[in-house]
Amino acid sequence: MMETINIILEGLPTLLKGMGMTIEITVISLILAMVIGLVLGVFSITKSKILRMISTAFVDIIRGTPLLVQILFIYFGLPSVIDISLTAFSAGVIAITVNAAAYLVEIFRAGINSIDKGQMEAGRTIGFSYAQTMRLIILPQAIRRMIPAFVNQFIVSIKDTSLLSAIGLAELTLAGQSIYAANFRAFEILFAVGVLYFIIIYSLTLFSRWLERRLDVA
Amino acid sequence: MKMIEVNNLKKSFGKLEVLKDINMDVNTQEVVCVIGPSGSGKSTLLRCMNLLEEPTGGEILIEGDNLTAPKTNINELRQRLGMVFQQFNLFPHKTVMENVTMGPKRLKGKSQSEAKELGTQLLEKVGLVDKADVYPDKLSGGQKQRVAMARALAMEPHIMLFDEPTSALDPEMVGEVLQVMKNLAEEGMTMTIVTHEMGFAKEVADRVIFMDEGFIVEQGTPDELFDNPQNERTKSFLSKVL
Ligand SMILES: Nc1ncnc2c1ncn2[C@@H]1O[C@H](COP(=O)(O)OP(=O)(O)OP(=O)(O)O)[C@@H](O)[C@H]1O
Ligand SMILES: [Mg+2]
Repeated sequence: MMETINIILEGLPTLLKGMGMTIEITVISLILAMVIGLVLGVFSITKSKILRMISTAFVDIIRGTPLLVQILFIYFGLPSVIDISLTAFSAGVIAITVNAAAYLVEIFRAGINSIDKGQMEAGRTIGFSYAQTMRLIILPQAIRRMIPAFVNQFIVSIKDTSLLSAIGLAELTLAGQSIYAANFRAFEILFAVGVLYFIIIYSLTLFSRWLERRLDVA
Repeated sequence: MKMIEVNNLKKSFGKLEVLKDINMDVNTQEVVCVIGPSGSGKSTLLRCMNLLEEPTGGEILIEGDNLTAPKTNINELRQRLGMVFQQFNLFPHKTVMENVTMGPKRLKGKSQSEAKELGTQLLEKVGLVDKADVYPDKLSGGQKQRVAMARALAMEPHIMLFDEPTSALDPEMVGEVLQVMKNLAEEGMTMTIVTHEMGFAKEVADRVIFMDEGFIVEQGTPDELFDNPQNERTKSFLSKVL
């Protein structure tokens, strides 16, 4: 027992650094994904056929291919045809961003559509433009309803970042791998890795419940 | 002066022709009530007047400005046309006061204190100052509709459009809403009201329009239309509702 604890404690600094990387990459990606998701989500409900097609194509392509393939494609595939070299970090951010965005498009779309159409009409009747009505009236209501789905996507994306170990990004999973590759204590280390993921994800779940309760009051 | 002028208005939804050839106008300070059977196109007509529905033909002039002309700024024009809906459509994430002051603040450049003063004044007018800081879900239907009227009035519209403002209300709340509308009419507001409240139309309207199947079948003063209808369809409709 003491030994197990010692092994975990020894690995902990490396694991915590990996956990930091996991959180960092998820947070950056999710922020970018929200912007893309919002824009494409609004595209998907406009009258413009072209904008709707752009949105649908993006969602279908990203959702129709495995994330690991997307990661490898961005990191190894792209630089071989276009003249860019991406660090594992930027490739990871891009992959997690587009992937999360594809799911957030649907979340935004469903959220916006769930708001009674009378709200848009009331806003427009007062004299607000479409964009103002969206920003001041529709989105504030829609986003409240989307919070559980957002948090859920956050959790999914955190788990997804573990696939970035495939391109050598030192996030939590790879941090664990690098430790047990040296000390052969896979059981203890992977157990610790699991616990750290669980801590992040469970805190998020609690945060989301708290947020939902708070927003319900208003 | 003509506040609203509707010429040869047509509106179809796909193959369904809902407004067939509507010609009417509303003069300054006039109160016009539109009555007719369900599905006759009353709401569609009203919604065309502020372009919530896009006409398929004809034209609508609001204070002389062509609603569908490309150079018309629809957002500016809608500020002159207040609208009250059957379903209230208050903004549930805003307090009563915010519902009322949002437009003036954002669109008319009113300061917080100016907007609040105007909001208080309007809430007084509809008898709901004490509800200024509550959220709409704490209000009864009649109270919601009165807030909706205050919200529309906050834009200082030249014309008010009402689409069955009392149809979603419990009977005991109809009176309070009609009373606010009556006061508005007495103050000289130009109003177009789609309604099933025949008693109200009789009392308040300057002119009553009877619609059926996408046409204006007959119009006249309340006395003419209710007591001496000329058209068979008007007679048969009135015999059912009076
Ligand atoms: N957005 C729409 N798409 C398709 N059909 C519509 C739409 N809006 C209205 N209609 C149809 O147009 C016709 C007229 O509707 P409208 O709502 O104008 O009638 P109304 O006179 O207001 O009736 P009510 O007294 O029931 O409110 C109806 O047959 C209705 O089903
Ligand atoms: Mg109607």
